[in-house]
Amino acid sequence: MLVTKPRRSDQFFRVIVTSGGMSSLLILGLILAFLAYRGFEVFRLEGFGLITSSDWSVVEDDNGSVVSQSYGLAAMLVGTVLSATIGVFIGIPIAVLSALFLEFYAGRKIRNFLIALIDLMAAFPSLLFGLWGFLVLMPSAEYWAKLLHKYLGWIPIFDVPAPVFTRSPFIAGVVLAIMIIPICTSISREVFSQTPLDRIQAAYALGATRLAMIRAVVIPFGRGGVIGGAMLGLGRAMGETVAVYSVLNIVYQVNWQVLFGAGGNIASMILLKIGEADRDETNALMAAGLVLFLLTLIINFIANFLVSRLGKTGR
Amino acid sequence: MSTHGEVPQENSQPKPGDKMKTTTTPHSLADLASARVVKAPGTQPIGSGLEARGVHAWFGKKHALKDVTLDFAAGTVTALIGPSGCGKSTFLRTLNRMHEFIPTAALAGEVLLGGKDIYAAGTDVTKIRLRIGMVFQKPNPFPSMTIGQNVLSGIKLAQLKVSNTKELMEECLVRAGLWEEVKDRLGEHASALSGGQQQRLCIARSLAVRPEVLLMDEPCSALDPGSTFRIEQTISELSRTMTIVIVTHNMQQAARVSDYSAFMLSDGGPGELVEVAPTNELFSRPRDKRTEDYVTGRFG
Repeated sequence: MLVTKPRRSDQFFRVIVTSGGMSSLLILGLILAFLAYRGFEVFRLEGFGLITSSDWSVVEDDNGSVVSQSYGLAAMLVGTVLSATIGVFIGIPIAVLSALFLEFYAGRKIRNFLIALIDLMAAFPSLLFGLWGFLVLMPSAEYWAKLLHKYLGWIPIFDVPAPVFTRSPFIAGVVLAIMIIPICTSISREVFSQTPLDRIQAAYALGATRLAMIRAVVIPFGRGGVIGGAMLGLGRAMGETVAVYSVLNIVYQVNWQVLFGAGGNIASMILLKIGEADRDETNALMAAGLVLFLLTLIINFIANFLVSRLGKTGR
Repeated sequence: MSTHGEVPQENSQPKPGDKMKTTTTPHSLADLASARVVKAPGTQPIGSGLEARGVHAWFGKKHALKDVTLDFAAGTVTALIGPSGCGKSTFLRTLNRMHEFIPTAALAGEVLLGGKDIYAAGTDVTKIRLRIGMVFQKPNPFPSMTIGQNVLSGIKLAQLKVSNTKELMEECLVRAGLWEEVKDRLGEHASALSGGQQQRLCIARSLAVRPEVLLMDEPCSALDPGSTFRIEQTISELSRTMTIVIVTHNMQQAARVSDYSAFMLSDGGPGELVEVAPTNELFSRPRDKRTEDYVTGRFG
């Protein structure tokens, strides 16, 4: 049998590409190992309490030696998921509508201008989003929050135990929504732009309006990709540190009520604590980082599952 | 001639110099064409005629189609033939305003449907496309819908109200010659069908909105001979009730299915209409030298 022997240049390129691919896996593995190694002591100490308790405290006596310590992440986990979910719920509809506008309605010039602008927005430092959220958004968002509470307060998650509306998961969620809109818009637009032209034309040839065509052809085709983009946005929102840190009140108490000014997320808590932490607490923060890492991993698995389930039928 | 056109795919393709024989050889194009009963214009009870008046088309600065004036009488089948790049498909797409979907595309001239210009200001394009249906080169059923939903997709897309959808679905599938093959699997996804079946499904789909004119852009070019035969049968059936315009590369197909044939050509510039005639005349006694060269396979 005649088999072509790979050329030397091919083999060489293969080695380069393989090592490039493997290095990202290696770096990720090393980070994971580092977090697990540093956090191990805390896992042994707290067990499941790490994710079920919300007490995070280190008590020291006057000499500076630790009297008691307790590390519980429940409040931060809830806060992470809550603010990120709010961000996705607000951000995705806007992103999908923007993508549809850019792809099917905007004129060529406006389209190119807006695409450049949105890409620029994606590269914006998150600190600036956070500052903007704190200084500009908070006062007006407080008004919306009160409005929501007034009319939807009968729904448990929109109720508040005390009239404190600033620095709530809702406002953090709005900031996160604005942060994820650019990336979700460009992913959705990319997916929509790949809709087969012959299907679009088939719909138009049957007397479809643009709206009818989008509903019958573009949405079924792009659904899987949009969900994938949403999950990527969710992952980003959950890992966001500075923007949430500058908006949200970090309170170690589980809070499901989105309008109430208490909460926090894991990443911003790590930022808050890392400067003053002793060795034990630093280890605990590493464990918190690992929990966040695993949470993101789980979200990604769910995303892959959804994309493969929902993405098939429209293709 | 400077243009090198596509040589038509034929087994009995006459050699250069053989042209006198072609009219007498059995199964020649002219024989095929004259085997059909030609419909005289204006004798058909159903359907609207379509008239193109001085149609020009551009893509950006490229002049793609020059001054085409052509009548499609109600209830007839007209074949548009000619080498690749002669503007046949472009012309077809001006007839139901699909041309304007291409960015930078421009158009001049009039297309009259039942005497009214479809390009007149204030015309609802979606209504025009309901009256002038289209079948594309590549079968393109909606993969997210079932076979049944595909047939009725036009009703849904154009938000029409139909009282008995089941009857309509059956009627369209029968007319497209697909009913017997799919009647027990209407709930399956359209992608489960073969290419030829998908194309007939696309024909059924375009029939459901009851168009008066059906435009077909090389509907058989992606299909095997068996499926091609079925679709040609379908075209003959349909031509009793509607006006059909078909673009084809296959001259035997033009000879088999059409009442009239129009030959188009581009000499490197914009495509032009060279000659239009009843199909048997065009294939047996072409008036223009260029038509003769093309239909006798001596082109290029």
